[in-house]
Amino acid sequence: MCGIVGLFLKDKTLEPQLGHMLTDMLITMTDRGPDSAGIAVYGDTSDGLAKLTVQSDQPDTAFDGIADHLAKTLDVKVTVSIKDTHAVLELPTDQIADARIALAKMDHDVRVMSVGDVIEIYKEVGLPKDVAARFNISDMTGSHGIGHTRMATESAVTTMGAHPFNTGSDQCLVHNGSLSNHNSLRRKLTREGVHIETENDSEVAAAYLTWKMQKGASLGEALQSSLNDLDGFFTFVVGTKDGFGVVRDPIACKPAVMAETDQYVAFGSEYRALVNLPGIEDARVWEPEPATVYFWNH
Amino acid sequence: MQTIDLEAQGLRHLNATLHAQAQETNQTSWEIVNPRGSHAIACGLDAPIEVAVKGSTGYYCAGMNKQATVHVQGSAGPGVAENMMSGTVIIDGDASQYAGATGHGGTLVVKGNASSRCGISMKGIDIVVHGNVGHMSAFMAQSGNLVVCGNAGDALGDSIYEARLFVRGSVKSLGADCIEKEMRPEHLEILADLLERGGSDAKPEEFKRYGSARKLYNFNIDNAY
Repeated sequence: MCGIVGLFLKDKTLEPQLGHMLTDMLITMTDRGPDSAGIAVYGDTSDGLAKLTVQSDQPDTAFDGIADHLAKTLDVKVTVSIKDTHAVLELPTDQIADARIALAKMDHDVRVMSVGDVIEIYKEVGLPKDVAARFNISDMTGSHGIGHTRMATESAVTTMGAHPFNTGSDQCLVHNGSLSNHNSLRRKLTREGVHIETENDSEVAAAYLTWKMQKGASLGEALQSSLNDLDGFFTFVVGTKDGFGVVRDPIACKPAVMAETDQYVAFGSEYRALVNLPGIEDARVWEPEPATVYFWNH
Repeated sequence: MQTIDLEAQGLRHLNATLHAQAQETNQTSWEIVNPRGSHAIACGLDAPIEVAVKGSTGYYCAGMNKQATVHVQGSAGPGVAENMMSGTVIIDGDASQYAGATGHGGTLVVKGNASSRCGISMKGIDIVVHGNVGHMSAFMAQSGNLVVCGNAGDALGDSIYEARLFVRGSVKSLGADCIEKEMRPEHLEILADLLERGGSDAKPEEFKRYGSARKLYNFNIDNAY
């Protein structure tokens, strides 16, 4: 069991409240996944700049001088904003790959949570309300966001095992369920040159979608092909820079409820997660069909 | 009319209060406000009372119901009226997966759609769905009636025993050992009664009947590996 929440705003005036709404939704899903929580927020974009969100268990030492070091190594401007165990580094988009190499060489205890023009992923072990508070998620602004509360089945309860998983620029995936062919698919993707960081089954699904999209598939097409290539139980919610998608396996045991109004599209593992959204009384509320791809774009 | 505010008074208070109603209670009419998708609302009732839930419910609403009438004025989450013994459960909106699962008796009415596994392993319950039902509905159904005024999804009535299935619209596919059967006058009579109890104005003549081919009842050596 895990909990998923997602919010894709159509009405720009709601953007300053995205973090607040998403945090409230996430906390209602605590009893579906009390061991870890994570949130991906698609926030502001700055021309030519990208965000590299990193995590450390020793943030005081690991983040000390990190921006200066990268700036010197890459000879570009790097800004850093530290929130608890996470740091968001902002630097020119074309320097992101080199920055990751430089970070690895630094021998600091840092792990990459997300990479993209707009995405920031915050995730930690602990109760969803504590995780959200540590990163002050409720004050965040954004166009869309996805949250996950985890009850681990397929890999250890660690920060790296928490969702969302980011395997391509501005892409993220959260998963409720368990995949049975993730080991063979991980080997296949590795042979294709795809880097997979953890032993987690859900990261394989994320990497699979990224790989499909790198080969030219749209988000909708990638989700469609996942129905043939992934075996197991899944409800996935995925985000891209300007898109938001949902797919459930053909058996569809894992719960899902969606709501749509003129202002937003929302996802919850249960209706409980949606009850505080504005205008929910008059929203179109439905259960996504099995083996059916849903996606929205800005 | 007694009103319970679920948000203010909590689930244990709600269910304990309803459980405490005796057979001959004078407080027969109850209203539950602020359900907000909570789980296990009005579960395990055993008194001839009427309970109106003002909004949508989460998992297992009205489970194990006996005698009571539970009316959800919204949609219901997974497992609504699971293992119902008697009484009536009415859902104004949609019902999520496995509505009426393993029900032994009583009537479940879903005015919207019911999703997958509606009436799975039903053992005598009558279910009337005004809209559609999802895949694997009436899986291993043993007894009772499932009426679908809309369409049925894949694998309807898979491994069915003796329940009657009536579908007005299309059936995406039939499950193993489920076949279309002749609609005889006695079935039209049963169906007319079910539709009336379910508050549907559909005509019994518009339905087809499905049931067990009874080929899975006995061990067949040809099915062994």
